[in-house]
Amino acid sequence: MVEPLPISDFIGGAMVVGIPLAMALLLALLPSRGWTPLLNCLGSAATLAAALGLLRQPQFHNDIFIIDDFNIYLLILNSFVGFTTSLFSASYIAHEIASGKLTLPMLRFYHAMYQALIGAMSLALVANDMGLLWVGLEIATLVTVMMVGIYRTPAAIEAAWKYFILGSVGIALAFFGTILLYLAGQGALGDGLPALAWNRLHQASASLDPALLSLSFVFFVVGYGTKIGLVPLHAWLPDAHAEGPTPISAVLSGLLLNVALYALLRCKMILAANLQTLQTAPILMSMGLASVLFAALMLYRRHDIKRFFAYSSIEQMGLITFAFGIGGPLANLAGLLQMTMHSLTKSGIFFAVGHVVQAKGSQQFQDVRGLSMSHPVLAWGLALGVLAIAGMPPFGIFMSEFLLVTTTFARQPLLALLLVSGVLVAFAALLLRLQQMLLGEPSGVNRPIEASTLPLFAHLALVLIGGLYLPAPLLHWFRQVALLLG
Amino acid sequence: MNLALDIAHLLAGGLVVISFVLLYQTRLVSLLDSYVAHAVILGCAVGWQAISQHEPALYVTALLALVVKAGVIPLALRRIVRKLNIHREVDQVVSVGLTMLAGTGLTALSVLVMLPVTIHESSIAREDLMFALAVVLLGLLMMTTRRNAVSEIVGFMSLENGLVLAATGAKGMPLVVEISVVLSILIAIFVIATFLFHIREQFETMDVQALDRFRGDLHG
Repeated sequence: MVEPLPISDFIGGAMVVGIPLAMALLLALLPSRGWTPLLNCLGSAATLAAALGLLRQPQFHNDIFIIDDFNIYLLILNSFVGFTTSLFSASYIAHEIASGKLTLPMLRFYHAMYQALIGAMSLALVANDMGLLWVGLEIATLVTVMMVGIYRTPAAIEAAWKYFILGSVGIALAFFGTILLYLAGQGALGDGLPALAWNRLHQASASLDPALLSLSFVFFVVGYGTKIGLVPLHAWLPDAHAEGPTPISAVLSGLLLNVALYALLRCKMILAANLQTLQTAPILMSMGLASVLFAALMLYRRHDIKRFFAYSSIEQMGLITFAFGIGGPLANLAGLLQMTMHSLTKSGIFFAVGHVVQAKGSQQFQDVRGLSMSHPVLAWGLALGVLAIAGMPPFGIFMSEFLLVTTTFARQPLLALLLVSGVLVAFAALLLRLQQMLLGEPSGVNRPIEASTLPLFAHLALVLIGGLYLPAPLLHWFRQVALLLG
Repeated sequence: MNLALDIAHLLAGGLVVISFVLLYQTRLVSLLDSYVAHAVILGCAVGWQAISQHEPALYVTALLALVVKAGVIPLALRRIVRKLNIHREVDQVVSVGLTMLAGTGLTALSVLVMLPVTIHESSIAREDLMFALAVVLLGLLMMTTRRNAVSEIVGFMSLENGLVLAATGAKGMPLVVEISVVLSILIAIFVIATFLFHIREQFETMDVQALDRFRGDLHG
């Protein structure tokens, strides 16, 4: 029996979950005022501070919560992007109120939901209990369903409804997987909490029933895979991104997809420790590759900007899933880097897109032309973001994709060809659209926009720095996590 | 001991049967009536688990099923159906015969999948899981073959009943009661209140397919 660790070691983790949930309650109780967005930013800043504080704390686990290298990294990333998005959201929402698309009373609902979303994702990340992980992810999903439908337009309601129906399928199947996992754990670990504690399941994996573990993984792949947006379970994702408020698209793409993938990886780690279970690698690799190829082709003939970038997120998540599917220290490292870089870049792109759409009054490509003339700063931000996501050096995504492709060539040359062709097809589509948006005569309305571009350029700067130079401790840490992932 | 097993199986099997009954209800009012039976049987099944596992916390889940799922939610849905004047509406995309055939196939599938895998489990958990998976799959089938928002919600709730059955069958699984409470509250209040309300605000019909034309993108 492992000695239980003192609960005081968990203060940092409790704060990362508790602050946003308390803020959600506070924002829900206070009336909507002009300072509501400011309060939201403050709450997010406090969460970020608490997450950074985790670096100074020892690792921790009991049967319910866990803090290890893997989730510290995602907690910090999540709360950072949560904070910058709250800054972007403040200027975005101010414009939506001014233009009458949202009403002042909606501020309360929107911001309470925003904090609840961040809190639920943190809860999923710190959970050691696989049931609690499921609860956190499901609360986050249901909250985003509400947020996607916030504009109350027919298209927004359709998107939210579709997201709800498909999301609930994911909810159901992942929960069934959790029950099977519990049954598998019950044999070796006894009834109750220990049988769902991830670290115990991971340690005792070799003595668990392989058939039950394998079956539970099948349910997890379909259940959590729906939330990652893996093809063919992705149908909700483009609609949800296109119709919801843009800050939510940024958080969905940048954070929620990562958290869902995190959940699936935790399950994969349990299976990897048992040699008699089914091989998870081929499942993850084929779904990842299918997502890359499908989404890359779907990038053509998109007419809606946000939908376009949603498909790009499917492609990126495909790459990341493929990387973890291949496994091994190098591919895992590539996957972790890609997760970080994609999260930063894609949310940055959505910050730019949000302001562009507000300036142009339309999110159709045909209405957005000549941005470099009408809105040079936004155009630069968008251009750098799209170049980064397309995998151009010197940005961070180039580095992780390079690492992934070279590793794949060494291990599975044929698959590497498919992977590279998918990446190139997506690359061409991204540059084509970028050129159309930036160049030419400015078309349509050209409202001047008071955009706070600080979050956008902060993200781009980080992605650039990540591509040029990773500090040795950080790289060491990523390596550490990559090893943990097996 | 054998009696305990038999009663558990009877109730779980009854849930599967009612799931089939739900499949062939084409009118919304009768669909809601059948769902009440579904929830009552679930309540009894969970109550029986509470007795046979000596797990008093499960009474909460059982009570929840009887009061909220068999009482409050169907009443609310019935109100909506009456207010919108769709109680005579027939909602059917795929023919009944075909749906029943697919349902039988799914039930067979869940038997074939679950029985070999759970060989080492106690037989209560084993057969409960098998029935529960069948209920979940039948719920999914219903959600995909219907296109009225009310029937989709009923499909989802029957699916959720299957999950609760599976979770309570797994002896001592942590958080089951909490999860069933959270699920009921979230699903019931949020979804029904916001979605049905706003779908009605926007359209006179609740036909989800009517929403399909509002698409931000041209397909094909």
